[in-house]
Amino acid sequence: MEKITVEHLNTYFGDAHILKDINFKVAENTVTALIGPSGCGKSTFLRSINRMNDLIPAFKCDGTLLLDDEDVYAPEMDVVDLRRKVGMVFQKPNPFPKSIFENVAYGLRIHGEEDEDFIKQRVEESLKSAAIWDEVKDKLDKSAMGLSGGQQQRLCIARTIANNPEVILMDEPCSALDPISTLKIEDLIHELKKGYTIIIVTHNMQQASRVSDYTSFFLNGEIIESGRTEQIFVSPKEQKTEEYITGRFG
Amino acid sequence: MSKLTSETIMEKSLFIIALFSCLVILLIISFIFIEAFPAIQEYGIAQFLFGNIWAPNEGQFGVFAMIIGSLYVTFIALLMSVPLSLSCAIFMAEVASSKVRKFLKPVIQTLSGIPSVVFGFFGLILLVPFIRSQFGGTGFGILTAAIILSIMILPTIISVSYDSLRAVPQDYKEASLGLGATNWQTIRRVVFPSALPGIITSIILGMGRAVGETLAVLMVIGNVAKIPASILSPARTLTSNIALEMNYAIGIHYNALFATAVVLFIVIISLLIIANHIQRKYSMDIGGGTL
Repeated sequence: MEKITVEHLNTYFGDAHILKDINFKVAENTVTALIGPSGCGKSTFLRSINRMNDLIPAFKCDGTLLLDDEDVYAPEMDVVDLRRKVGMVFQKPNPFPKSIFENVAYGLRIHGEEDEDFIKQRVEESLKSAAIWDEVKDKLDKSAMGLSGGQQQRLCIARTIANNPEVILMDEPCSALDPISTLKIEDLIHELKKGYTIIIVTHNMQQASRVSDYTSFFLNGEIIESGRTEQIFVSPKEQKTEEYITGRFG
Repeated sequence: MSKLTSETIMEKSLFIIALFSCLVILLIISFIFIEAFPAIQEYGIAQFLFGNIWAPNEGQFGVFAMIIGSLYVTFIALLMSVPLSLSCAIFMAEVASSKVRKFLKPVIQTLSGIPSVVFGFFGLILLVPFIRSQFGGTGFGILTAAIILSIMILPTIISVSYDSLRAVPQDYKEASLGLGATNWQTIRRVVFPSALPGIITSIILGMGRAVGETLAVLMVIGNVAKIPASILSPARTLTSNIALEMNYAIGIHYNALFATAVVLFIVIISLLIIANHIQRKYSMDIGGGTL
């Protein structure tokens, strides 16, 4: 079952043509890694999926981007609902300057949830799913800013999960973290795959091969090659893919 | 001359200039306190602060009515100005396109450049007759002065709170929008609370400006040294008390005006200390507490 289907997607920032004729499919409950050198458009692509690029006034796009069978860029698309269904974890951990509890409860509150018991239960479940519950259960009312970077990032994942999304987009979620925190996040991604469809942008080849089922290689705004992760890393079809993953450029 | 000595000379002379500026301020402050001292000594501090009657000819120097007048007019001015300026700051920082913002910023800066006598004149010519025809009375009073003041403190509150809204990290906004919050929810629940220390500071600075404003208030408030009975009653502020009588005050009357200045000085310094404190406390660990 295809969760996300992209056909002939082109995006522009003003006159700059960023993504060129992107075709891409993601199956439900899989992890897809987007790899490629800096500036190749993988973050732009990720942000196209939940329409975060809309925040940039000069952004334009054409082509189709379907979530299930709904057109994400259709005029009748409810962006608020889209972003609830397609959660996002950012490169730099960005918890709100609020308590740990309120960070996770935020998504529920903005979507109108008022039942405090339900919120409490959801916060606990989300923190458990993000493998951070044991570390924070005694200080839920403390500021999230007091957590370490790795804990903050898992808190951000919990915050995303609390919304009960269908897809989670991760934009280099480990690039600001130490190796141990990175491993924890990677383990977490393995766990989360059972319930969510995950797309992760990463600069780290090992990470891509460790966590993902599928990999797409981006270069200069185009997808050079997509396929199962083993195939991409073991026997890439394209010369450029091979050069990139063996470290000859990028 | 060697490089080293020219460096030393430059450093020393800058130090002396800086010292001189501080000295001037200290001199002014000590002068105010020294000149105020005889009045407080002769009249008594409690009598002076809480005395109801200001009648220099009869030797009565109670500034209580003026303290009330200053606080009253400042409070009403803030009541009108704060919602207006915060809405304006939020609009400029979060809603307006960069084109609109580029137009609004200089307009608001211009507002802060208008001399207070112009505001006073404007109040005298337009506002006083308007209040008179709408609400009766003379038109001179608390309300008129508060309206003028509220316009005068707009740019202070707008620009300081605008800056603190703009300083909220883009990360917070993206996190909120990424969770499906609307723009307005993001402003209300994330951006505004994060900018709150700066916003409170802006209000206190506006308050300081309102308390200290003299001329514009003097021109429209009526200057009756009595506790105002209503919002339309004329009143007198601490500042206008000094400005009105300094020309002919002699003896203890002269000292009593300096004592008035001491009261004013203490009020404004306290406001500045509070503003500084809030800013320091929160800029050191933004969000160290829970919002």
